[in-house]
Amino acid sequence: MNHPIIIPILTSTIEATDIKTITFHYPGDVLPGQFFMVWIPGVDEIPMSVSQITKRVKGITFRNIGDATRALYQLKKGDHIGIRGPYGNGFTLIGKRLLFVGGGTGIAMLVPVVEQARKKKLPSTVILGVKTKNQLFFEDRLRRTGTTVLVSTDDGSLGYKGFASDLAKEILQKEKIDMVYTCGPERMMSSLLSYCKSIPFQASLERYMKCAIGICGQCCVGKGLRVCLDGPIFDGATLKKVEDFGIYRRDAAGRKILF
Amino acid sequence: MVDISTTIGPLRLKNPTMLASGIMDEDAGSMQRMMDCGAGAIVTKSIGMQPREGYANPTVVELEYGLLNAMGLPNPGIELYGEEVKKLRTSNVPIIGSIYAADADEFVSLAEKMQRFGANALELNVSCPHAKQYGLEVGCDPVLLQEIVTSVKQNVSIPVFIKVSPNIMNLVQIVQGAEKASADAIVAINTVKAMKIDLETRCPVLANKTGGYSGKAIKPIGVRCVYDIAQAVDIPIIGVGGITTGEDAIEYFMAGASAVQIGSAVYYRGPDVFKSVCEEIKTWMKNHGTTTIKELIGAACR
Ligand SMILES: Cc1cc2nc3c(=O)[nH]c(=O)nc-3n(C[C@H](O)[C@H](O)[C@H](O)COP(=O)(O)OP(=O)(O)OC[C@H]3O[C@@H](n4cnc5c(N)ncnc54)[C@H](O)[C@@H]3O)c2cc1C
Ligand SMILES: Cc1cc2nc3c(=O)[nH]c(=O)nc-3n(C[C@H](O)[C@H](O)[C@H](O)COP(=O)(O)O)c2cc1C
Ligand code: FES
Repeated sequence: MNHPIIIPILTSTIEATDIKTITFHYPGDVLPGQFFMVWIPGVDEIPMSVSQITKRVKGITFRNIGDATRALYQLKKGDHIGIRGPYGNGFTLIGKRLLFVGGGTGIAMLVPVVEQARKKKLPSTVILGVKTKNQLFFEDRLRRTGTTVLVSTDDGSLGYKGFASDLAKEILQKEKIDMVYTCGPERMMSSLLSYCKSIPFQASLERYMKCAIGICGQCCVGKGLRVCLDGPIFDGATLKKVEDFGIYRRDAAGRKILF
Repeated sequence: MVDISTTIGPLRLKNPTMLASGIMDEDAGSMQRMMDCGAGAIVTKSIGMQPREGYANPTVVELEYGLLNAMGLPNPGIELYGEEVKKLRTSNVPIIGSIYAADADEFVSLAEKMQRFGANALELNVSCPHAKQYGLEVGCDPVLLQEIVTSVKQNVSIPVFIKVSPNIMNLVQIVQGAEKASADAIVAINTVKAMKIDLETRCPVLANKTGGYSGKAIKPIGVRCVYDIAQAVDIPIIGVGGITTGEDAIEYFMAGASAVQIGSAVYYRGPDVFKSVCEEIKTWMKNHGTTTIKELIGAACR
C-alpha cells in the first residue's frame, strides 16, 4: 500500500562535496530509473531515484540543496526514514551500443542501468558532466563495470571542457549509437534530444511531486502525462510532443518556472 | 436504446461522470486528458485569489479502504489558472470552475473571472476539511453561506453549484439556505475529516496532521448525505464520494443524484475509469430495462 514504511538507515556515505548515498534494507524488486518517496518525519517527503540495487538493499544518492535534503544529509546509520514506492516506469534496455549522459546529480540514477547493461555485456559509453572536478562521483563505480567513462566539466578542471551534451554530440557524429539514456538538467537533455535526430532516446524527468500515485496532477507535463506514473522516463518521440520539455516546470503552487 | 445523458439545471452532460475537483486538473493538458478518457464534465481544482503552495508533504497516504489527503488547496491563483481554463474554451465538454474564498467579495471576484475565462458553471468549495479559514468555516455558517451565494448569483449568469461537507451537523439547514439563495445545484460530498498515525514514529503521517478521507470507504456517507439533501431541496444534486463502478453511480442516482463526480477512482482504476463506469451504467440499465438516467434519480426516495 502507498504509505511510508519506517526503516533504519544501513549506511550513509559521502560521495563528493555535498553528495551522499544512503542505503536501507528493501527486499522488493526495483527497476533502474524508478524512484521512492522518502519521508523525513517532521520535515518533508521527497522523490529520490534509486542509485543502488541489490537483492536486499537499495540506495539513494542526493545533493544537499534544501531543507529536506539537508535533514537527510545529517541522518546517520540507525536513524529512521519512511520509504514508499518504488514508483514510475524505469528504463528499458534496448539496442547494443549504448550512450549514457548524466549531468550533475542525474549521474546517480543512471548508474544502475549502466550496471544492468554491462551485466549483459553491452558495449557502452558513459559521459559524466559536472560543473567542476570536485563534484564528480561514481566514476570508479562505473569504471569497474568495464564501460568507457568520459568526464566533462563546465570549467575544464577535468576532462572535456564544456557541457556533457556537447561532448555527446561529438560522439554521436563519430560512432553508431543505438540508444541514448540521459538524466540531468532539462536544458541539457533537450539539447541532447535535438542532437539525437532519429537515434532512440530515453530521458528521466523531474517535476515537483506530491502524491506520486498519479492522482493530484501536480507533476503533469504535456497532455496530462504524469511524471510520477507515466514517467519519469519518457522516450524521444513522446518528449518531442511535450511542449514544456526543456522550457518550464511548475512549482508547488502550479506556477510555471522557466528553466 | 440506453441514454446516459443527463442535465444539471441548464447544463447538459453527454454522460453523468464528471471529474471531481483536485484530481488531475493541474493544467489544461491534464484536464484535456480526462476529457479524452470520457469525463462528461470537468471540475477544476479549487482556485483562490492568490497563489498557494499547499501543505508540505506527505500530502497523500493510502489507507486500507481509501485515500487520505491534505493538499492544502495548492493553486497558482486565479489569474495564472485562467490561462489554463481559456485553453479549454473550445472543447464541447463543460468546464466547472471550482473556487474558494473567505468572504463574499472574494467569491464574487473569483466567480466573475472564472466566467470570463470561459467556465460553463461554478462550484463553490465551502467544504475543504483542512484549509483553515476557507473550507468548513464558511460551509457550516448558514448566514455567511447564504450571503455568498446571493452575491455570486447576482454577479454571474452561469449556474452556481455549492459543494458541501459531510463533516457538519446542520447539512439540511445549509443546503436549504443555498437553495433559498438561488443556488443551481448541490455537490455532495467533499472528503471526510480523518487522520492516520504512524506507529513507529508515533506521529500523524500527513504534514498537516488531519486530512480528508476519500474513496470506497466514504461511499455510504456520501449516499446518505445525497439522500438527506434530496428530501430537503428541489434543486439537482451531484453525488460524489467513493464512486468506483457503474453500480456505485447508480446507487447515488437512486439516492437522488442527477450526475456523479469521480476522484479517487482515477487512482484505483486509472484515467479510463470514466469510460468504464459509463459502460457499467449502460450494462446495468440494459439488464434492468431502464432507458434513461432520469428514471433512476431519487428512485430510493419515493
Ligand atoms: C522522480 C525524481 C527523482 C529524483 N531523484 C533525485 C536523486 O536521485 N537525487 C537527488 O539529489 N535529487 C533527486 N530529485 C530531486 C529531489 O527530489 C529534490 O532535490 C528535493 O526534493 C529537494 O528538497 P529540499 O527540501 O532539500 O530542497 P528545497 O529547497 O525544498 O527545493 C529545492 C529544489 O527541489 C525541488 N523539490 C522540492 N520538493 C520537491 C518535491 N516534492 N518533488 C520534486 N521536487 C522537489 C524544488 O522544486 C526545488 O527546485 C528527484 C526528483 C524527482 C522528481
Ligand atoms: C488529492 C485530492 C485533492 C482534492 N482537492 C479538492 C479540491 O481542491 N477541491 C474540492 O472541492 N475537493 C477536493 N477533493 C475532494 C474531491 O473532489 C471529492 O469530493 C472527494 O475526494 C470524494 O470523492 P472520491 O471518493 O471519488 O475521491 C480532493 C480529493 C483528493 C483525493
Ligand atoms: S505527483 Fe501527484 S500526479 Fe504525480
